[in-house]
Amino acid sequence: MTTIAATHDGGDHASHHEETFVSKYIFPTDHKRIAMQYLMTGLVMFAVGGFMAYVFRMQLAYPGASVPLFGEVDAATYNALITNHATIMIFWVAMPMLIAAFGNYLIPLMIGADDMVFPRLNRLSYQIFFISTIILMVAWLVPGGAFGGSWTSYPPLSSRGEFNGTPIGAPMWVLAVALEIVAFLLGGINFMATTMNSRAPGMKMMDIPIVVWFINIAVLLFMFSVGPLVAGAVLLLLDQTVGTSFYVPTGGGDPVIFQHLFWFFGHPEVYVILIPELGIVAEIITTFARKKIFGYRIIIWTMIVTGILSLVVWAHHQFIAGIDPRMAVIFSITTIMISIPLALIYMLLIATLYGGSIEFKVPMLWAMGMMTEFLVGGLTGIYLGSSAIDIYMHDNTFVMAHFHYTLMPVVFFGGWAGITFWFPKFFGRMLNETLGKIHFWGSTISFNFIFIPLFFLGMSGQQRKIFDYSAFPDINTAAHQDLRVFATTAFLVFIAFQFVFVFNFFKSMMSGPVAGNNPWNSNTLDWQCPSPPPHGNFAELPTVYRGPYEYSVPGRESDFWPQNEPA
Amino acid sequence: MGIDLFPPIASSYAGDIDGLFWLVTYLMGFSLFVTWIAMFYLMFRFKKKEGVKAKYILATGNLKWVILPLLLFVAFDGFVDLNTASVWASIKQKFPAAQDNVRVVARQWDWTFIHSGPDGKLDTADDIESDGELHLKKDTVVYFDLQSQDVIHSFSIPVFRLKQDVIPGRAITSWAKPIMTGSWDLQCTEMCGVNHALMAAKVIVHEEADYNQWVSEQ
Repeated sequence: MTTIAATHDGGDHASHHEETFVSKYIFPTDHKRIAMQYLMTGLVMFAVGGFMAYVFRMQLAYPGASVPLFGEVDAATYNALITNHATIMIFWVAMPMLIAAFGNYLIPLMIGADDMVFPRLNRLSYQIFFISTIILMVAWLVPGGAFGGSWTSYPPLSSRGEFNGTPIGAPMWVLAVALEIVAFLLGGINFMATTMNSRAPGMKMMDIPIVVWFINIAVLLFMFSVGPLVAGAVLLLLDQTVGTSFYVPTGGGDPVIFQHLFWFFGHPEVYVILIPELGIVAEIITTFARKKIFGYRIIIWTMIVTGILSLVVWAHHQFIAGIDPRMAVIFSITTIMISIPLALIYMLLIATLYGGSIEFKVPMLWAMGMMTEFLVGGLTGIYLGSSAIDIYMHDNTFVMAHFHYTLMPVVFFGGWAGITFWFPKFFGRMLNETLGKIHFWGSTISFNFIFIPLFFLGMSGQQRKIFDYSAFPDINTAAHQDLRVFATTAFLVFIAFQFVFVFNFFKSMMSGPVAGNNPWNSNTLDWQCPSPPPHGNFAELPTVYRGPYEYSVPGRESDFWPQNEPA
Repeated sequence: MGIDLFPPIASSYAGDIDGLFWLVTYLMGFSLFVTWIAMFYLMFRFKKKEGVKAKYILATGNLKWVILPLLLFVAFDGFVDLNTASVWASIKQKFPAAQDNVRVVARQWDWTFIHSGPDGKLDTADDIESDGELHLKKDTVVYFDLQSQDVIHSFSIPVFRLKQDVIPGRAITSWAKPIMTGSWDLQCTEMCGVNHALMAAKVIVHEEADYNQWVSEQ
């Protein structure tokens, strides 16, 4: 499978190969299969991370009680659960689902190519990712158990076994994260190279669908920010394994340097996740409103500005970490400033609804649910961007509620918007709409009831990462405990509704109504090939005649106009 | 709901932080509800109706509909920035003169407080060491000399709205001026290892006479 997609010599090279079981499922190079490997791994890890949340939420609601399906939770286990929950949800769910799965699946289809330009690099990317997953999970079985020093892994706690109690688990955790990052670097190189080189004839830069633009902006941002983290992680690994003192003050090291390296990556990373997902939402809004995107070029340029700005906000995680207080003034301004380009993109997407003919199918519900909920996350960020308020709110559950109101809308609402939107393309069959709506409304309502109490608990002074609040009588009253039980109960309801999705997913995959090429009457090229697309994607590689959002063009009978349809 | 929105305002600057919190709540609450109303209005107004085709609208010439609200939002942001900078400067940049000193020593997983004693100076014979209890005098500016013996901890007193990381290898100074007597929680707010949840202490604020009596009892 050495054919390079960029040649555009007619996409029928699939027939040259006999595909074996191994080349099809174990070591595939087809971008769609690799995307499915990422998606399925992401979904499984979503369940794993969710189970961890279930265990520690139960411990918080009923401290000391035996948690069904798990048992009693001690302090070390609790810390390992919260650490791995965060690590998994960011690196093993958000990244593989939003970037790797959608990026791999959509880029070649949406730009009219038959595959990625580096299919073997793509395969290597998933293989490394798979190995990193194994390392992360095996760390639970080693002596001392999995790392529990929080996903930020601040040294010196993370750098010495005598401080963190997990002399083997901690370096395994760092190694797993480092490998995961290598996997996404390989994938990212491929995404960029493919978008730049393999576009269908006629597709200019400003004819590229927003989601493909956004995935590429996210990849660039990832590449700009990840270098310092990898350097930081290597030094941390040396501190852990051979006893160097890069971050240990007693050996002449500086622990705060790691925080800078970590957050220089860690904050842009939030945007790496957010940006592609906003692209997914934009594709869905334009399709279901039958409206041309309002201000396509402005959205693209504004997102580039957002990406650049996101590289200079990192120290808002360190306002009270002993940095020069004058620096906090600057980072407070940049942090609050980043709300401006995002507000512009938001308003342009909302303006797109004006004059539309909006149909609320399940993907549109998820997209608008994301727009509604993410606004809470975005605007509560202003509190924390304000360095003075952050003195009080830092590391308490107000922060936790805030970032779950950003990450859940992004990863969960955005992820499910994407999954339900492209499900017909993935599997050639439609999801059940009724089950989809039950899943949407059940999840949305319970989601809010999980995190609203955490805002109030945070305001009352409840700090994070505490396995049992009994040492802090001011925040351990019966009223506080009632709120914790309330949040946990809402979470159990949330989990229950996920089974509706699991059932719908597998049932519809086997026996849903056949979707056809373009069930949503969408313009982009991914909908102009068979569902599911065969190896090589297009029977004949398309030629592009116009931008992706020509919906409801006056004078045309049909309210959509595929990019590859001659005028 | 049963819990207080905020704990008592027990330090000179706690009220400023809460005030800033409410300022942001008004501005961002307004932004939130206006955006939601616009969004939901458009969703219902332009719901699909049989026979009604969507409009074809270009951004060119229609941008005032997004630029005007955006400018209002920029003004909100600027206002938050200005107020933040002044509150931040009054807490973290311009310290009032010290009237007392306490050394705070953090380690896995407890707090030791070295009070300066009658002479107000640390490292003298009359220092009073106390495990797990921080004693302070009302209406007195106290400087905290924060030290860690192992990993990063964070010194947090919610009723003071005071929080400052304690970093091994560095001497970090922070301050507070208690304005209310009472006894409250003192937390560690940075993950510091297995028993992070046990790293609790008490802060006890006395009237001057009571404080002197506590000193004399030591």
